Amino acid sequence: MSQVSVGDKVYVAKVKKKERKIVSLTKRLVKSPFGLMGFLVILGVCIVGIFAPVIAPFNPVETDLTKKLLAPMTGGHLLGTDQLGRDILSRIIYGTRISLIIGITTVFFAGLVGTTVGVLAGYFRGWLDVVLMRIVDVQLSFPFILLVLIINAVLGTGLKNIMISLIVVGWVSYARVIRSEVLAIREKEFIHSCFATGVPRWEIIVKHIVPNLFTPLIVLASLQVSTFIIAEASVSFLGFGVQPPTPAWGNMLNEGKNFILSSWWLITFPGLALVITTLGINLFGDWLRDELDPEMNQNR
Amino acid sequence: MLDFIIKRVIQTVIVIFLALTVVFFLIRLSGDPTVLMLPPDAPPEQYEEFRKQHGFDQPLHIQYVDFIKNSVKGDFGDSIRMGTSALGLVVERIPATFQLALTALTLSVVIAIPIGVISAYKRNSLTDRLGVGFTILGQAIPNFWLGLMLIYVFSVSFKMLPAGGGGSMIHLILPTVTLAMHSVAKFARFTRSTMLDVLRKDYIRTAKASGTPTNKILMKYALKNALIPLLTLISLELGTLLGGAVIVEVVFSWPGLGRLLMDSLLNRDFPVVLAGVFFIALIYTFINFVTDMLYAVVNPQIRL
Repeated sequence: MSQVSVGDKVYVAKVKKKERKIVSLTKRLVKSPFGLMGFLVILGVCIVGIFAPVIAPFNPVETDLTKKLLAPMTGGHLLGTDQLGRDILSRIIYGTRISLIIGITTVFFAGLVGTTVGVLAGYFRGWLDVVLMRIVDVQLSFPFILLVLIINAVLGTGLKNIMISLIVVGWVSYARVIRSEVLAIREKEFIHSCFATGVPRWEIIVKHIVPNLFTPLIVLASLQVSTFIIAEASVSFLGFGVQPPTPAWGNMLNEGKNFILSSWWLITFPGLALVITTLGINLFGDWLRDELDPEMNQNR
Repeated sequence: MLDFIIKRVIQTVIVIFLALTVVFFLIRLSGDPTVLMLPPDAPPEQYEEFRKQHGFDQPLHIQYVDFIKNSVKGDFGDSIRMGTSALGLVVERIPATFQLALTALTLSVVIAIPIGVISAYKRNSLTDRLGVGFTILGQAIPNFWLGLMLIYVFSVSFKMLPAGGGGSMIHLILPTVTLAMHSVAKFARFTRSTMLDVLRKDYIRTAKASGTPTNKILMKYALKNALIPLLTLISLELGTLLGGAVIVEVVFSWPGLGRLLMDSLLNRDFPVVLAGVFFIALIYTFINFVTDMLYAVVNPQIRL
């Protein structure tokens, strides 16, 4: 039994420390009403998205023209039906999936690209930094949504293309933040001692710099999720994004706006779903930022 | 100072040149506009003629060199759809977009600063909670949905305001409110947090202790100092609003640059898209430039 080496003990201690950190973070979440509310909304949206086929009362793409534009609470349709007789509630439930996919994958890949660029620019500096940051400047000389639209006009419509355009446009903000973080970390003493003791470059980057970027990354990513979800909805609303009959909140609003004179429920409920989701993500994101980065925001 | 200005002007020129290059190649990839412009049953000779007329028969690199040469002279070619100068079409639409963005900016400053100041002064009171709740909600509502709901309530149900179009002050109300919402929330939140910072300072405590009236403390001592960082945020927001205007203009059929760009993108009207992009990039970089200058002017600690 006494075979445990010192290395193992250090490892076990590290794991325990991490566990403790997560436990204390959870405890603090439960005590924060806004943070908890945000977390529960996110959890709810995830569950609805994953179990959409079980939860949805109707087939979201099945049309029935005899039941078109039914008002909410009629004919067994809780939130009414649209111009083709499709059940709004079921379409909203399935639409959750699009927003979830966008919120998770595009934020992840944009973060991956942005972090890589930011680390390279911040670590190597020199001409590489100049070139990469000029690219960032070019992208920042346009409004975010306009660039997404231009790229989507080029690539064509559909979920895959809107994801690509969001990643292509979205990595820039990560690159900027991460670059300045790396520039600061690079001047810390522990990195200087790595240089002095001849630790290989890749090891300095991967083992010593990247682990220190997690806090700003998580904070930034949590705030980007709602931006990206709204961007997808906007692009789909303008007709460039996810196309009907695939249900997405943005294209439901786009179709619904033609019936604004007669059927208010077509534009009301998908929008509410969007607001509740982004509200939950923002509340949780704000809480997370305050917890992880207390210096940044004392008063908000 | 002069060094800074020269450096920034050179930087701006490079950025805009690169931006135009990227967009030029991007939209050429989106396909041949000839197919959209001519009827499907048009004879092949007509297609050839059309391509020749707009220079699409040339190799891409020659098209690009021509484009750069002409755009330096301010000539972006003629709109494929309208047949008139692309730059002319864009310039024509700019006042409407600026009108919308500037009224939205003014409205958000006028509403947000009092909310932020009162919220900070009455920290943790019911008023503060309501203010904070409003800002959180305001940042979560997508502007195109807010626009639709406002149209439904004020145009469809109460028939008080027009649902779209431009030309008069009445037409401006709904689009302005829609566009301003997000900025109101952002400014109010920022004002509150900077005011809280300032109100903690020693000189405020001294002023309070010496019996200075609350109004004077808030307006003269606190807000004045909180305004410096806020000013940067406000001037940068103008750029964001010009971008947000793209969607709001479509929702309200506002005759501005955003709607023109959307229509041109849908119809592959390349010259108009490029002229529009040129102007937006120019305005954007100019706003950033002015913001930096402004910051140096109001805050003497910054040296350019």
